[in-house]
Order: sequence, then structure tokens, then C-alpha cells
Amino acid sequence: MPAPALAISGLAKSFTRPVVRDFELNVRQGEFYALLGPNGAGKTTILRLVAGLLQPDAGSIAIFGTDTATDPLAAKRVTAWVSDEPMVYDRLTPLEYLEFVAGLWHIDAATAEARSRELLEWLGLTPHADERCGGFSKGMLQKVALAGALVHEPRLIILDEPLTGLDAGSARQVKDVLRQRVADGATVIMTTHILEVAERMAERIGVLNHGRLVAEGTLEELRTRIGRGNTTLEEIFLDLVADETAAA
Amino acid sequence: MSFAPASLPWLARHELRLAWRDWIAMATGGQHRRSIFLLLAVLALAAGLHWLTDALLRPWATAGLYPDRPTLLLVTGSGVLFFTAMLSQALESVTRAYYARSDLELILSSPASARRLFAVRTTATALLTLALACLLASPVINVLAWHDGPHWLAAYAVLAALSAVSTAVAVLIAIGLFNLVGPQRTRLLAQIVAGIVGAGFVIGVQAIAILAYGDYSRFAILQSDELLTAAPSAGHLLWLPARAAMGDLTALSLMLPLAFAILAIVIVITSRSFARHAVAAGGISRAPAARQRSRSFRSGDPRQALRRKEWRLLRRDPWLLSQTLTQLLYLVPPALLLWVNFGSAAGVGIIVVPVLVMASGQLAGGLAWLAISGEDAHDLVATAPVPPRLVLRAKIEAVVAVIAVVLAPLLVLLSLASPLSALVVALGAALAAGSATAIQLWFRMPMRRAMFRRRQVASRLATLSEAFVSIMWAGTAALLAAGSWMAIMAVVPAILAFAMLGFAWLLSPKGRPT
Repeated sequence: MPAPALAISGLAKSFTRPVVRDFELNVRQGEFYALLGPNGAGKTTILRLVAGLLQPDAGSIAIFGTDTATDPLAAKRVTAWVSDEPMVYDRLTPLEYLEFVAGLWHIDAATAEARSRELLEWLGLTPHADERCGGFSKGMLQKVALAGALVHEPRLIILDEPLTGLDAGSARQVKDVLRQRVADGATVIMTTHILEVAERMAERIGVLNHGRLVAEGTLEELRTRIGRGNTTLEEIFLDLVADETAAA
Repeated sequence: MSFAPASLPWLARHELRLAWRDWIAMATGGQHRRSIFLLLAVLALAAGLHWLTDALLRPWATAGLYPDRPTLLLVTGSGVLFFTAMLSQALESVTRAYYARSDLELILSSPASARRLFAVRTTATALLTLALACLLASPVINVLAWHDGPHWLAAYAVLAALSAVSTAVAVLIAIGLFNLVGPQRTRLLAQIVAGIVGAGFVIGVQAIAILAYGDYSRFAILQSDELLTAAPSAGHLLWLPARAAMGDLTALSLMLPLAFAILAIVIVITSRSFARHAVAAGGISRAPAARQRSRSFRSGDPRQALRRKEWRLLRRDPWLLSQTLTQLLYLVPPALLLWVNFGSAAGVGIIVVPVLVMASGQLAGGLAWLAISGEDAHDLVATAPVPPRLVLRAKIEAVVAVIAVVLAPLLVLLSLASPLSALVVALGAALAAGSATAIQLWFRMPMRRAMFRRRQVASRLATLSEAFVSIMWAGTAALLAAGSWMAIMAVVPAILAFAMLGFAWLLSPKGRPT
């Protein structure tokens, strides 16, 4: 049996208060996983811990069987992180930005250039490939950042609210690109507040509250869990979060 | 006390509250204990500066100062020096008032008067300029008042007048640039003008002193016979500010109302266009982006990619470039001295060597901040499969390469005059640049490059230790270049530099993730 794309065990992280507590998660290879939760539930913290941007207080994280604490570089080599705030340089063009990212991931120039042009074409950015990103809209910046995440062909793609602020056309392009990556064998984990997106795209959904996973499964499994068939994810989510908050 | 909403005092109170909270947050970093430490440090610095100024001015001041032509010329020259520094500061602040987007859009989209807001922010600029001028001039004024009499305290009122006039001139320059070159280029040009104005007078006077007298001191020209002969009589109107600064109440009563009237008239006239220019300035970020020539990808490892990125960003950000390169303006006088004394070692050790070493340290500090802390895509670099050590190494290499390019021609010129001095400068510059970079590393605090202006306040300890260490390395190099027994004395500033580095390391918040 292949190692899971992401295996998290006993993860804990506190700042001024505990944000993530005894968190467990297993995401299979080639899976599209959506992590949902109310504001402040700890979603971004968990993703930043997985991306190696924060150090956990306790617990372990393994990416394709590689422990991120013992061999962080090997884990990073196959991972891409896309923040909700696009990490793009105002004074570089999309092509120059992708050249830089490819350099960081040791991709040779010819391969990187071919992949970059293909990605920009796919995301509708080819007419802007040689313009500096400084004047781009939020949606365009988000697409450039996504292209940067995909240029090194990661096996695990972690996205924090990738569709926030995008217009319908841009959101559709991003969703298509992500679906295609999953079809090609990549694993996608993303957080979103747009529950319809999770409902339509994710194979499994995890609901987080107060730093803990309160429910996990396919949409059908979640429906069964709350005992209401044919209900929307929005109702399931509100039910689960309300139950958990009441129990707390 | 309550004021009518959106009235002038209401806006003034709002601005004052924001400024006060900003200042407190920057000074204390949210820790009360730090404010006590900061207060003690400021008091110690003020005491040190007063002691140093007293040592320099006492012989001159105790001999008695009279408003004769030589004294009036010296006071006027010093006044022009302060005025240019104040104008530079005011121009920077005024331009920021147009381009700061934080709350401007909220206020401009409200029914509140944009003219009132402009009046409040321009007055705030004048007050800030005055505060900084008082900070700089207070040791001189206080020492003169102590030794020669309290009439010198009138110089503070003259500073208030100068701050009003400098703010008025800065507003006129900013509006002139808006009309002349448009909002897209005004910020950059204002930055360059501010840099040139700020350093221009010092450099100009030094350049004339070097070319005419072969002397590096800017006061040489102010005390020269030629200028004294050409200067008007002691009763001339030109000396009005100098007379006011020396306690002539008639001159002061003429100067103060005139200066405030100038500022008021400029505010009334230019405030009409404030909203228009601010809206135009706000629109430039939405303008179509500049196109670059497309070219094939270059292969490279992460180090090359990081270095290339740093150089490209630096080259393409004229605002950052102008901020950083303004420091290089101070290299003009030593370069001029080298050129005047081409092939001879005259003045090299005492003047050129420390200036070059100091400039290298300061330039390295600014560039290192940009490369190490001012990383716009911090998360991207941190999630790349590149060891943090390698990232830092690449960034340091990018900084060192820029300094080497700037310093190389001067080193070549210097080696023709004195090979030993060239060697000492190379060593001193490497130590100063290395120390400044190390301090920036220890105090690194990820921040967007657009926050460059806040570099100096992000960590005062880093800024102060960077300046102190650069000065110590400059002193070490000067003593080494002087040769003979003085070279042995070079050990003292070198030990102090290492001690300061150790002190900075101990106090730095080490171990931040890269």
C-alpha cells in the first residue's frame, strides 16, 4: 500500500492560546481534499505547519512517507504552497517570476520555460506574460502564484483559500487546472469558505473547529453522520460546527 | 473635549491620536519595559552629544560671540545646512501625504473636507520637521545658551520658522512636480530631489572647499577671506535669520509671522488641488503595467536564481534605488579629493579611507535589509527545497557584489595614490559591510519592500549598532592608513566594533525562521 500523500499525527500548536490540538489527518495519494472550518478554527495554521512555515509544538507530519522534521528538503521538493495572499514580486513579469521559482526547485531552463508558457496559456495570462505584476488585479496575481506553485510539478499542492476574490471566469480556470492536476495524479488539499466549491470538487471533506477535526468523509458520509439525506454541505457544516460549539 | 465631526480640530485630534499610537507602538514594540530602556538610551545619547558639542564649541563660545560678519556668515551657513535637511524631510513627508493609501481613500470618499485634511497633514509635516530639527540642533543651541547666554534659545523659534518655510516650499515642489511630470513620476522625482537637497548643500560646500582650498572641511569656505569680502555688511537683511537665532527680538518678531504666513498662504492655495492629486496618485497602481522584453529562461541553481532576482528587483525599483543610492552622494567629496590629489597620498588616510569604509557599511546595511528582511515572497522562498543557509548566502552574495561594483573604481583610483590605503579600505569595507549585514541578519524581520522607509524604525537597536560599528571600522581603517604608532591605536576602535557586534548579537531576537 503506498504511503499517504499527507499523514499528520498528534499535531499541536499554540500561540497565545492553543490553535491546533491533537490533530490527525490522512490524505491519500491523488485525492482532492477540502478542509473547512469557521474563522479562527486553525486551518491556515495547519497548512503552514505542513508547508514548513511553522514549527509544531508536538506531533508529526509526513509527506509521501517523508517526515518533514527529519528531512524537510525532501518534503519541500514535492510540495507546493499557495497562500491566500499571492506571493508575487511587483516588479517581475509572470515569466520572470516563474523562471525564479523554477530556479529554486532546480528545474532546468528549457523544461521550466515550456511549462511556464503552457501554464500561462492555460490560465489565460499569455497576453500579460511580459508585463510586470505590479499593476495586476488580485485574480491575476492569484493565477501567477498558482502557476508558480505548479511549475515544478509538485505531487502535493496545498492551497489556502485559492478562490477568494476571484471573478467567475478566473475561479473556473483555477478549478479546471486543479482538477487536471488531480487527474494527472497530484494530491490537492485546500481550505475554502466557498462550500459549493468543496461540495463539487472534493472527494473527501474535513471539518475543523477549535483546532480539532470534528468530522471527515465524503459528502454522503457526512450526510449520514448528521442523519439528514440530500442536504447541502452548507447545512452539514453549520450543524457540525454548532454541535461542536455547543459541546465545548 | 468634543469637536464637531470632520472639523479642523476634530481631524487634528484624529491625526494626533494615530501618530501618538504609531510612535508608541514603534518605540516600545508593545512592551512597557522597552519604553524605559529607550528613554534611558535617548537620555544617554543626548548627554553624549551635548558633551561632544561642548568640547567642540566651548573655546569658541566662551570667547564671546558678537553679531559681526564672520559670525553671521557661520550662523547663516549652518542655518542653510539645517534648512536643506528640513526641506528634504518635509518633501518626503508631503509626498507621502499624497501617496499614502492607508486611510486616504476612506476620507476622500466621505463628505469630510479634503482641504481640511490637507491643512492638518501639512501642519503635521511642519511639526514633525521641527521636532527632527530640534533633535539635531539642540546640543549646539543648548551649549551656546549655556556658555554665551540664554539669548541663543531664540534659535528654537528660528527653527520653527524654518520648518514652516521648508514645509511650504516642499508643498510647492510636490505640486509643481505633479503638474510637470504627472503622478506616475512625482514620487520618484520628489525622492531624488529630497536626497539631492538634503545632501546637496553639504556636498556642494565640501566640493568647493576641496577644489578651491584642497581642504575637506565645509567650514573652510564659510571662514574664507573671499566669502567674507563678498558678504554684505552686518546690517543687511540677509542676516535677519542669523540675527534672530542670536536673540535679536526685532528680527525674530519679523521672521516668525512672515514664515507662518507663507505656510498658511501655501496651504490655502494648494489645498484646493489636494483631492485631485491624491486621487491621481491613487490611480497609478491601477495603470497598465510596464512591458519587459521577453527572453529565454536562463538555467541556474537556486543561488543564481536568488541573486539574479535581487539584482533585478533593485534595478527595477527606482524608488528603492534612489533611497539607497542617496547614501552614495556622500562618496562624491572623497572621490573629488582623490581626483584633485591624483597620484599623491595627501589627505587620503584621514579623509578618504574612513569615508569609504563608513559608506560601505551604510550601503551594505540598506541593501542587506532589502535582501534579507524585505522579501516580498517570504513564504515562497521558505517553502522551496533550498537550505536556509544557502538562501542567506545567495542574498549576502548579491549585496556584496553591489558594494564591490560601487567600490571597485574608487579602490583602483586610491591604489594609484596609496596602495596601502587601498588595501586598508578593501579590508575595512569588507569588515564594515560584513558587520552591517550580520546585524541585519540577527535582527531580520520579514517585511514588504514597500516598508523600506520603516527600516530605520523597525529596530532602532539594529540601526544604532549598525552606525556605531561602521564608525568604529572607519576609525580603525583611518588609524591603520595613518601608519606608524597610530596604527597600533587601531586596535581600540576594532575592539569596540567587535564589542558592539557582540552586544547587538546578545540583544537580537535570533533564530527567526527564514
